[in-house]
Amino acid sequence: MPDQETTNRASTSPAGDFVVREEVVIKFAGDSGDGMQLTGGQFTNTAALVGNDLATFPDFPAEIRAPVGTLAGVSGFQINFASRPVFTPGDSCDVLVAMNAAALKANLSGLVPGGELVLNSDGFDAKNLRLAGYASNPLEDGSLEGFTLHVMDVTKMTRETLQDYTLSTKEKDRSKNMFVLGFLYWMYDRPMQSSLDFLAAKFKKDPAIYEANAAVLRAGYHYGDTTETFATRYKVEPAKMPPGRYRSITGNEATGMGLVAASVRSGLPLFLGSYPITPASEILHYLAARKSFGIKTFQAEDEIAAICSAIGAAFGGSLGITTTSGPGMALKTEAMGLAVMLELPLVICDIQRAGPSTGLPTKTEQSDLLQAVYGRNGECPLVVMAAHSPSDAFETVYEACRIAVEHMTPVIFLSDGYIANGAEPWQFPQAADLPAIHPVFATAADADPERGFLPYRRDERLVRKWAVPGIAGLEHRIGGLEKQNETGNISYDPMNHELMVHLREAKIERIADFIPELRIDQGPEEGDLLLLGWGSTFGTCSAAVRDLNAAGYGVAHAHLRHIRPFPRNLESLMSRFKHVLVPEINNGQLVRILRDHFPRTFVPFNRIQGIPLRKSELMQAAVDVLRGVDAAGQTGLHSSASNAGGTPH
Amino acid sequence: MADSETLTAKSLVTDQDIRWCPGCGDYSILKQVQTVLPGLGIPREKIVMISGIGCSSRFPYYMNTYGMHSIHGRAPAIVTGLKATRPDLSIWLITGDGDGLSIGGNHFIHLLRRNVDCNMLLFNNQIYGLTKGQYSPTSELGKVAKSTPLGSIDHPFNPGALALGADASFVARSMDRDPKHLQQMLIRAAGHVGTSFLEIYQNCNIFNDGAFEALTEKSSKGANTLFLEHGQPLVYGMNSELGIRLDGFTPRSFVLDLEGSLEDCWVHDERDMVKAMILSRMFDDPGVPGSLPRPFGVLYAMERPVYEVMMEAQLAQAQAKRGIADSMEALDALIAGSETWTTA
Ligand code: SF4
Repeated sequence: MPDQETTNRASTSPAGDFVVREEVVIKFAGDSGDGMQLTGGQFTNTAALVGNDLATFPDFPAEIRAPVGTLAGVSGFQINFASRPVFTPGDSCDVLVAMNAAALKANLSGLVPGGELVLNSDGFDAKNLRLAGYASNPLEDGSLEGFTLHVMDVTKMTRETLQDYTLSTKEKDRSKNMFVLGFLYWMYDRPMQSSLDFLAAKFKKDPAIYEANAAVLRAGYHYGDTTETFATRYKVEPAKMPPGRYRSITGNEATGMGLVAASVRSGLPLFLGSYPITPASEILHYLAARKSFGIKTFQAEDEIAAICSAIGAAFGGSLGITTTSGPGMALKTEAMGLAVMLELPLVICDIQRAGPSTGLPTKTEQSDLLQAVYGRNGECPLVVMAAHSPSDAFETVYEACRIAVEHMTPVIFLSDGYIANGAEPWQFPQAADLPAIHPVFATAADADPERGFLPYRRDERLVRKWAVPGIAGLEHRIGGLEKQNETGNISYDPMNHELMVHLREAKIERIADFIPELRIDQGPEEGDLLLLGWGSTFGTCSAAVRDLNAAGYGVAHAHLRHIRPFPRNLESLMSRFKHVLVPEINNGQLVRILRDHFPRTFVPFNRIQGIPLRKSELMQAAVDVLRGVDAAGQTGLHSSASNAGGTPH
Repeated sequence: MADSETLTAKSLVTDQDIRWCPGCGDYSILKQVQTVLPGLGIPREKIVMISGIGCSSRFPYYMNTYGMHSIHGRAPAIVTGLKATRPDLSIWLITGDGDGLSIGGNHFIHLLRRNVDCNMLLFNNQIYGLTKGQYSPTSELGKVAKSTPLGSIDHPFNPGALALGADASFVARSMDRDPKHLQQMLIRAAGHVGTSFLEIYQNCNIFNDGAFEALTEKSSKGANTLFLEHGQPLVYGMNSELGIRLDGFTPRSFVLDLEGSLEDCWVHDERDMVKAMILSRMFDDPGVPGSLPRPFGVLYAMERPVYEVMMEAQLAQAQAKRGIADSMEALDALIAGSETWTTA
């Protein structure tokens, strides 16, 4: 099927010298040493400041410096920016920036027909062509016919711009990416100030490097002005977003920030125990740089020590956090069981990546869900929650901390590589508007005059009190062995064990009374089809459902933040729909948990390619389900979707 | 249990039945800890016992203080998180040769290098007791145990040398059968600021009875052991008739008054890391002719910066630099970041 957003983008109108576009997708691609992530990040910040809605998708190799010029070494950054709501980085791009032949080869199939190519001719010499596996030079053999080409020798022009600078050639070449950024700023009529400020801050200690980068950025902009007199320039107007103050945010930043916020609003000092792992490390970096909030970060010797140190901190009365990704989750499993037994608050952040084993460290996947929900020895229930977008990670991880502290339980917070590295505009909250978090500490008054202090005495929510060392009269011993109800003493009594298993389970299930009900995010309140998603498929589901409804298909979308326990109304909400389609970037995990809970049918939709779901495929899947509903009624997605394309809103 | 109570050995006993085998060396260690603690002047509520898994790790249940019986090998990591956030607590880490040196070997060395202020008591019985008699990482070569019917082919760890190799700031050795010495060592360990590593030879009378007999029994103890004291010459023997001198880096035993005098003896300096390494290498099989005695006491003690103190200092520095005193205000500034825009 044709790409929805491409069709929408075609609705252009001239505005002075500019063509107005509603939505544009640019992909920056180059060697991993070419600075494409930084270039994309800068374009993103500027787009956000201009007021566009946007979504990004950084896509880079696991190797820091994969062999130069090869397909394996290509690093990419895709941004979708628009004057209307944006939900995904886009299935395909309108503009492809390729710094060398390999970058072109790896990404050309993602460029829309008639799209624009910005190519660095210096990256198409004999060696680059050979490494990329080109038999002939695509710049000369006519194979790029049908695209609009902007071919420039970026390396040469960068060096020329800097000929009066006393920098080595190597240093000069490092600012090549700024030339390309400047050119795109010209093409999309963007201000350069934000990037100039960024460079000034980045090279504060090295004014010469700042000057060089700034000069090359300007040179790229002016190059457009002087040489591309016949080229089209575009305008993407600000999006109509709810009024308020915005900033741009990535998922890992939002996670780190949400944790700081939870620490401030709970009054609990934050302790992070973490071991470096892609794509979670940025959260460790973020918190390590926030010591002024009283935050302690501990880079442990391994994943197990990371979580165990957080458990130790939680025992002592801190907000204990550990951050990791799939392989680290596997290693932390036993300690999570200990935290369940101890009934201490703990937040385990799993920034999922493609597995199993080491898998694809820099690629995204939602494949740790079963591990999070079921993956521990014994009957070991804990809370599982998932963020659905970069900015949502703030709210979700904050909520994870609230539940952990107020319900004295470990909570697994799931994000993934796509959320972690993706960016979007965020209408951020005020600290005072965040719901306060109330820890319930035991005090000396909690010691029973006859029986002493009972560490496992529970309130009506089945929650025990947090008794931290240092309070006279509350001395007690806790541990991983089964404990007697209330006293916490070791107990091998069969009936007690069964009771404790049920109590721990009921405590988690009861949390459903303290979380919001699930609501329909978009689409009809009842009908033939509900898309029920979780995690980072939110954007794709939203865009697909928007376009399906525009095309006349009554499809609804709901997205789960709470997976254990499920929202109270999940079953009744689903019962209002004939079919429930469950899209996931895995081999069918939420769908298994749903089947485990509810006696109805579910239709799975799965892709396991290490990339976000494509809207077009999801729409097709939805229409296939609907066709099954009313085989005679629908004419098929292809024609309908094209119709949808003509109805931008 | 009011704040002002005077701690006594008796008041440190819990109401829990002790589940160690009758005759186990653990009883003596428990008793010496309960005897020594009241003299340290630490309020009960500030004392925390953290253990892993194994016979020794049941220890916290028998101490009427705060305690956590955690998971196998991980006590050092739990201690690190607790001490980093609660420097006010007196933390005692209870572990064994399997828990501390096998499954928890990684955490063991990292705790020592970081120098988190705590007292680590490693009950070394050279066997797995709780799992009923497999050889441990300190079992001697050739050890016949349940999992090694033909004898162990694993070269054993030398815990003291391992600890020094990890740059431990305090390394000492004692034994369950010498209550007085054990008490002294517990007091020294408690007094040291930093990670105090105290290895305690402990008899497992069920699965490895008599493992340390040559070092602990009256008839052979004098000949096979060397009790170290800072500033004192290295003298040992049934009648203190033997001395140790250094021949270059090689320790040699000699007969006092016959082959040399007290002046020839190596004088113990517990702050000398190189000499401590040599002492830790005095690890001969006792009883083998020509073997050197096994040193007991403080092999090495030298304070150096402590992890949680450095951590606190960094926080104080960052907080002084922040300039915004109110945390809500600071949080608002953090959330907004440096680049925002407003839509109407
Ligand atoms: S098995 Fe050995 S170490 Fe364990 S309690 Fe019995 S005697 Fe003590």
